Amino acid sequence: MAEVPVSWFLTLSAVLFVLGVSGFLFRRNIITVFMSIELMLNAVNLTFITFAYQLKQVNGHLFAFFVMVVAAAEATVGLAIILTVFKNRSTLNIDDVNSMKN
Amino acid sequence: MQLWLIPILPLAGFFINGVFGRRFSKSLVSTVAVGSVVLAFAWALRVILALGDLNSAYTEHYFTWIQSGFVNIGCDMAVDRLTVVMLMVVTGIGSLIHIYAIGYMAHEHGPNFGGFYRFFAYLNLFMFFMLTLVLAANFLLLFVGWEGVGLCSYLLIGFYFDKKFATNAGNKAFIVNRIGDFGFSLAIFLIMVNFKSLDFATVFQQAPGASEATLTTIGLLLLVGACGKSAQLPLYVWLPDAMAGPTPVSALIHAATMVTAGVYMCARSWPIYVHAPEAMHAIALIGIATAFFAATIGLAQNDIKKVFAYSTVSQLGYMFVGVGCGAFSAGIYHLMTHAFFKALLFLGSGSVIHALSGEQDLRNMGGLRTKIPWTFWTMLCAALAISGFPFTSGFFSKDAILIAAHGYAPWMFWLGVVTAGMTAFYVFRAMFLAFFGTYRGREHPHESPPVMYLPLVVLAALSLGGGFIKIPVFLDKFFPTGEVPEDSTLMAISVAFGLGGIALAYLMYVLKPSMADSFADSVKGLYTLVYNKYFVDEIYDAAVVRPVVGGSRAVLWKTVDAGFIDGMVNGVGTLSRGVGDVLRRMQSGNIRSYASWVLLGCVTVIGAVLFFLGGVR
Repeated sequence: MAEVPVSWFLTLSAVLFVLGVSGFLFRRNIITVFMSIELMLNAVNLTFITFAYQLKQVNGHLFAFFVMVVAAAEATVGLAIILTVFKNRSTLNIDDVNSMKN
Repeated sequence: MQLWLIPILPLAGFFINGVFGRRFSKSLVSTVAVGSVVLAFAWALRVILALGDLNSAYTEHYFTWIQSGFVNIGCDMAVDRLTVVMLMVVTGIGSLIHIYAIGYMAHEHGPNFGGFYRFFAYLNLFMFFMLTLVLAANFLLLFVGWEGVGLCSYLLIGFYFDKKFATNAGNKAFIVNRIGDFGFSLAIFLIMVNFKSLDFATVFQQAPGASEATLTTIGLLLLVGACGKSAQLPLYVWLPDAMAGPTPVSALIHAATMVTAGVYMCARSWPIYVHAPEAMHAIALIGIATAFFAATIGLAQNDIKKVFAYSTVSQLGYMFVGVGCGAFSAGIYHLMTHAFFKALLFLGSGSVIHALSGEQDLRNMGGLRTKIPWTFWTMLCAALAISGFPFTSGFFSKDAILIAAHGYAPWMFWLGVVTAGMTAFYVFRAMFLAFFGTYRGREHPHESPPVMYLPLVVLAALSLGGGFIKIPVFLDKFFPTGEVPEDSTLMAISVAFGLGGIALAYLMYVLKPSMADSFADSVKGLYTLVYNKYFVDEIYDAAVVRPVVGGSRAVLWKTVDAGFIDGMVNGVGTLSRGVGDVLRRMQSGNIRSYASWVLLGCVTVIGAVLFFLGGVR
């Protein structure tokens, strides 16, 4: 069985990352923006795993686990913030959350 | 022997009165203030009696103060025979003046709230610094006391801070003293560099080994310091103005103790001076010039305190003559007797001023002899003593100096004798104007309370009999030259001049009062010159003050400060504001724009890495 080349994994990861970035930049819904962040994290995770597999080193796996833990924690906090923002402002439009300006 | 207790007691009094005095009654404030000084006197007496003959110095080391390289300065105090004299004068006279001040300041309230406790707190602080100065066993600790008494002098001259002339006088005293202290600190640096120590014992032991040029430089710089503190030419100008302070301050600080610190310091440094004859010559010259010059000004003053202020300057000149002629013990002798009779003259004039509710002008006095007899009789003792009347204290000490001056340079003796005649004249002129003739003022005179005239009585006894405390005998082992042989001819001459001065004053101000005015008219130019104190203040103002102020204004303020320094600071401010104006535009508050910037940054960095480093392998 032919091995899937490493470059395919990396390309997929790059595509996912760019999707995440574009979502972050161009969507206004906070939930979508939040999911874009998760997408970027997972794209990076994929890169870590790919290199760990190619270089036969365990470090990449470790990084990936760390990223997952941090992402889980971040998701908890982030969702809590989003809930509070929605309660207070009844909106999920990210451009309306700019009260720190001025 | 706990020498530190002597200065610490007044310091404790200062803290108690300074912190809690506002809530204390006047009697409690005065108990604390007087009690602390009297206790210091008692403890000093106990220490001195316990230490025996004191042929060598008794030193106590408390802690190492400064330790850096070869610099090793301790907080040390020492007692030797010279210190004994100073300790007794400072604490003894200090106690009497504190007691007197209770009466003098009793009516103190007025515009400066809490004046009573503030006054006694400052006075106690002064005692602390003066005792530190006297007890110090090295030049640096002496300098601490030296500056401290200067501070207290400033605070007490400007005690009536709601009066412009008083605060100005305080500033003047402080600033003129800075000039002297500059010289003194240079001298301390030179001593440190040359002897690697500031301890009196070490420095004076090594002094004979140093070159004469070095010792002369040190001696002259010390003299500059002494000229500032002890009001000698050309830095004497602050002392007459210092009379703006309350009279007990004039008596304690500006007559008996602080102003003699310069004489004490020069006498203390005798091992340096005996190897620097040029410096000693300078001391003697400045001393005799000051003695003569100030006495002439004293002839024509109408403010009773101004007369005695110039008299103090003049008498300090005598002490410097003594020190400069090598008769150190005679200088210290005169320091002590002068403390007695000049403190008495000031306290007496304070009593007169008190009796007349603040009047200081001799022309508005007269005939007070019967109205305030205690003040008159005690002041008469002091006047006789300062005139060198036979067997009073001033007679012994002044003659000791004059005889030494005769041995050093006869012309100094003659100038000194003429000065003695003038001294007798102006002191008795003040006495006759105040106490004889008819009363010319409007206030109703009243005698001072016992708390004021009892110290006067003690001081009167000391003024008359203090000469029998033979300081030159007591100090003959301490200083290199022993007692100068007594010369009855020279003594007779100086006594004759003194009595002549008194007689002339009696003639001009009691027998023929019109004579004084007609005499003043006949030498009008000279009289105006002397009356206006030779215009020295005006000359200093034109030659020193105005150029300094003008130069500071034009160059330092307008050019350097406003132009250069402010320009730099403002330039930095303008620059940051401009940069901020540009950068501010990035802070849109829009999350997505921030994210775009982050992305742009990442792309730029990665692009740069790829482009310049050719990628990471």
